[in-house]
Amino acid sequence: MQFSGGKRKKLRLTGDQRSVCYPHSLQFYLEPPSESISLIEFESLAIDRVKLLKAVENLGVSYVKGTEPYQSKLENEIRKLKFSFRENLENEYEPRRKDHISHFILRLAYCQSEDLRRWFIQQEMDLLRFRFSILPKDKIQNFLKDSHLHFEAISDEEKSVREPEILASSPSLSGSKTELELESVYKIPFADALDLFRGRKVYLEGGFAYVPLKDIVAIVLNEFRAKLSKALALTARSLPAVQSDERLQPLLNHLSHSYTGQDYSTQKNAGKISLDQIDLLSTKSFPPCMRQLHKALRENHHLRHGGRMQYGLFLKGIGLTLEQALQFWKQEFIRGKMDPDKFDKGYSYNIRHSFGKEGKRTDYTPFSCMKIILTNPPSHGDYHGCPFRHSDPELLKQKLQSYKISPGGIQQILDLVKGTHYQVACQKYFEMIHNVDDCGFSLSHPNQFFFESQRILSGNKDIRKESIQPETPQPKPSVQKAKDASSALACLNSSLEMDMEGLEDYFSE
Amino acid sequence: METFDPAELPELLKLYYRRLFPYAQYYRWLNYGGVIKNYFQHREFSFTLKDDIYIRYQSFNNQSDLEKEMQKMNPYKIDIGAVYSHRPNQHNTVKLGAFQAQEKELVFDIDMTDYDDVRRCCSSADICSKCWTLMTMAIRIIDRALKEDFGFKHRLWIYSGRRGVHCWVCDESVRKLSSAVRSGIVEYLSLVKGGQDVKKKVHLSEKIHPFVSKSINIIKKYFEEYALVDQDILENKESWDKILALVPETIHEKLQQNFQKYHNSLQRWEYLKKAISWQDNTKNDKCGPLLEWEIMLQYCFPRLDINVSKGINHLLKSPFSVHPKTGRISVPIDLQKVDQFDPFTVPTISSICHELDAISINDEGKEGNEAESDIKHKTRDYKKTSLAPYIKVFEQFLENLDKSRKGELLKKSDLQKDF
Repeated sequence: MQFSGGKRKKLRLTGDQRSVCYPHSLQFYLEPPSESISLIEFESLAIDRVKLLKAVENLGVSYVKGTEPYQSKLENEIRKLKFSFRENLENEYEPRRKDHISHFILRLAYCQSEDLRRWFIQQEMDLLRFRFSILPKDKIQNFLKDSHLHFEAISDEEKSVREPEILASSPSLSGSKTELELESVYKIPFADALDLFRGRKVYLEGGFAYVPLKDIVAIVLNEFRAKLSKALALTARSLPAVQSDERLQPLLNHLSHSYTGQDYSTQKNAGKISLDQIDLLSTKSFPPCMRQLHKALRENHHLRHGGRMQYGLFLKGIGLTLEQALQFWKQEFIRGKMDPDKFDKGYSYNIRHSFGKEGKRTDYTPFSCMKIILTNPPSHGDYHGCPFRHSDPELLKQKLQSYKISPGGIQQILDLVKGTHYQVACQKYFEMIHNVDDCGFSLSHPNQFFFESQRILSGNKDIRKESIQPETPQPKPSVQKAKDASSALACLNSSLEMDMEGLEDYFSE
Repeated sequence: METFDPAELPELLKLYYRRLFPYAQYYRWLNYGGVIKNYFQHREFSFTLKDDIYIRYQSFNNQSDLEKEMQKMNPYKIDIGAVYSHRPNQHNTVKLGAFQAQEKELVFDIDMTDYDDVRRCCSSADICSKCWTLMTMAIRIIDRALKEDFGFKHRLWIYSGRRGVHCWVCDESVRKLSSAVRSGIVEYLSLVKGGQDVKKKVHLSEKIHPFVSKSINIIKKYFEEYALVDQDILENKESWDKILALVPETIHEKLQQNFQKYHNSLQRWEYLKKAISWQDNTKNDKCGPLLEWEIMLQYCFPRLDINVSKGINHLLKSPFSVHPKTGRISVPIDLQKVDQFDPFTVPTISSICHELDAISINDEGKEGNEAESDIKHKTRDYKKTSLAPYIKVFEQFLENLDKSRKGELLKKSDLQKDF
């Protein structure tokens, strides 16, 4: 893939040629794209796909895969983000092209670590499974052929001759004859169906496995996973060359940690919270990470650096003014027998700094869930981090019990944690303490938790004006203004700096 | 038949390797028509010599080279390994990591010792006519699956010389199979799971896979005579307690009481079947034919050693090798006559050497020139001993391989001409 500096070079294809490029609504991504695109498009395609894959993840844990709500919601997400999914639609070239290119861009971003690879492969597989499930039967054969998978459907006579054996061998078939009559059965060399035949889950005859459609999907997905896994390993090897391209490096780094919603830095609610409300708010509207920090602060009259950062910025995000923040921390630290003067000398400067009143005067933004989960894990004596990610499951269970969550809810949360779906687990916590079935949002920021909680508790009034959909991006105003790529990139870089700069220099224990 | 004395092995082996070992047929097999260059030359053999000296990575240039080396070294035991990327006898000269096992036949090793938990007549290395039926059933069950389910055409079954049988699957595509697929095949063929600490080793689910039902049908043919008469598995309390361990506790008392009333295993087995079918269906315990089949399978179904089959570089005893303890030759088993195969009538090295001596004495009178008679002997020698019928089985196997190969070459050349 060649990147042209700032200019936009688009291949002009006539109608016929376009459909030849992408004959199907889904693909195995066997060939990398070969056209040139602008950096802006590069970034926007990538961000859109990250959003799509996150939606895939979310839906995958909120609903049973394959059921109606899952299927229709996923279709909506794909359509919203303008990716391809269905055959037989008009004007499918753009969505398919988008699908193709964005997949390859994300390979660059997600090949870098085992965790990222695993996540990427899992979501891509779920996406492929969905698209495959809505492929019309007559298109399946062609798709398989074009993907170099040599699976042939057998005729009805061949099927009926082997009916009892196929029904007796395939766990995915319920055993009714009519079901088999409707289902396609594919004849594939036995060695290609290893996972099926080793457990005697398929009928073997003459060296061929007779695989019903339901099980073919499993084989196709396995093929896909194997190919993608290999491809990612190869990509990782050529990554140093890609990363040395200065235009791409910050983009790629940002992508895999991307938070694409509100940053809660604008102080719309400044001054609306009073300090004596905080104790109650911590139990009613704070996410567990902040609830735990607040409790530790009250009990120990102190918090270490990581905790002060995470909690302090959160409080700013919910509306504490600088004056309130100074008062809040000082009060608590003095209870811990700290000398007031020491506080003024050592800690108040730092608080003012985080409000942008000192030094560089950058207004630091409260941490997103991704940032809390992925960076600066807590050690002994720390209370920051994400309890769902960083707490021992036993301790987490006790904590949830002390919060009076029902055993059923606790079990659901623990299951989600086991599946590494930390933010969804937090959503579940939200649903339990607010007594709702569906929290109605996709959690990605602690301040979002607070905001949504307050919304529910105050009965939704007056907040609608200020509500901002976290899903649709709020690109930084500075980025939107820039017309050419290089300054856009420069702005992006500076916003990245804001997010990721370590503040260690300014804070000492 | 001459009794075999291991002390005589060095002398006997000398004669065997000079006059009886079927080099031509052996080479014809492992050369596989010479279609792939150096296939024979890259094959690993290992020899066990006198005093247990073991040497690996032996390889040979051609039939005559093989002959000379074997006659020179007089191995007590010969194993066949994989076809490697380079000549095994030069593997030390190859760059590290470049010397790789590439192809090998798919092999199975079925050992009577693995059935010790279910046979009453013998244990460990011993075998007798009462338990040999286990091997017969094993061959029938496994061979059917290899042929009908997997479509393997060229399957050579060999008596190991003492307590079991081996199978060599030699199809071209099979020799290329990966270790993972080989493991998968063994898994497919496995039903008896668990070691000494596990009482019930076979568990069937509601859906019976055709492999399982076809295997049960084979066992049914032998079960009465093998299990109820020869093994007498319900003979007395000690033996039937083992069967009770496989059925739900709720019917134990009833069975114990009623078994006393009957006189033999046959009658008790009939009663057992009835008692199982009367079992209340609503309870969780399995009942009906499934339970009956689980017992039959545990007592009769083959046990496979996955380690022998999964490794491409695994070394297995060669056909026509001699068993150093029994003196028996590892001979091919005729699948058409598998029920009649009797391991105790398999020729030993001493018996065929003795037969050879007897023939030579007769012939010497006829031929004058010793050198001439030597050559003539070589071409006919084994034919005049009890080894002959077994070599015929081997030759039939080789014929089939040849036919297949010609068929494939024809297909390929047809495709090429098709343009």
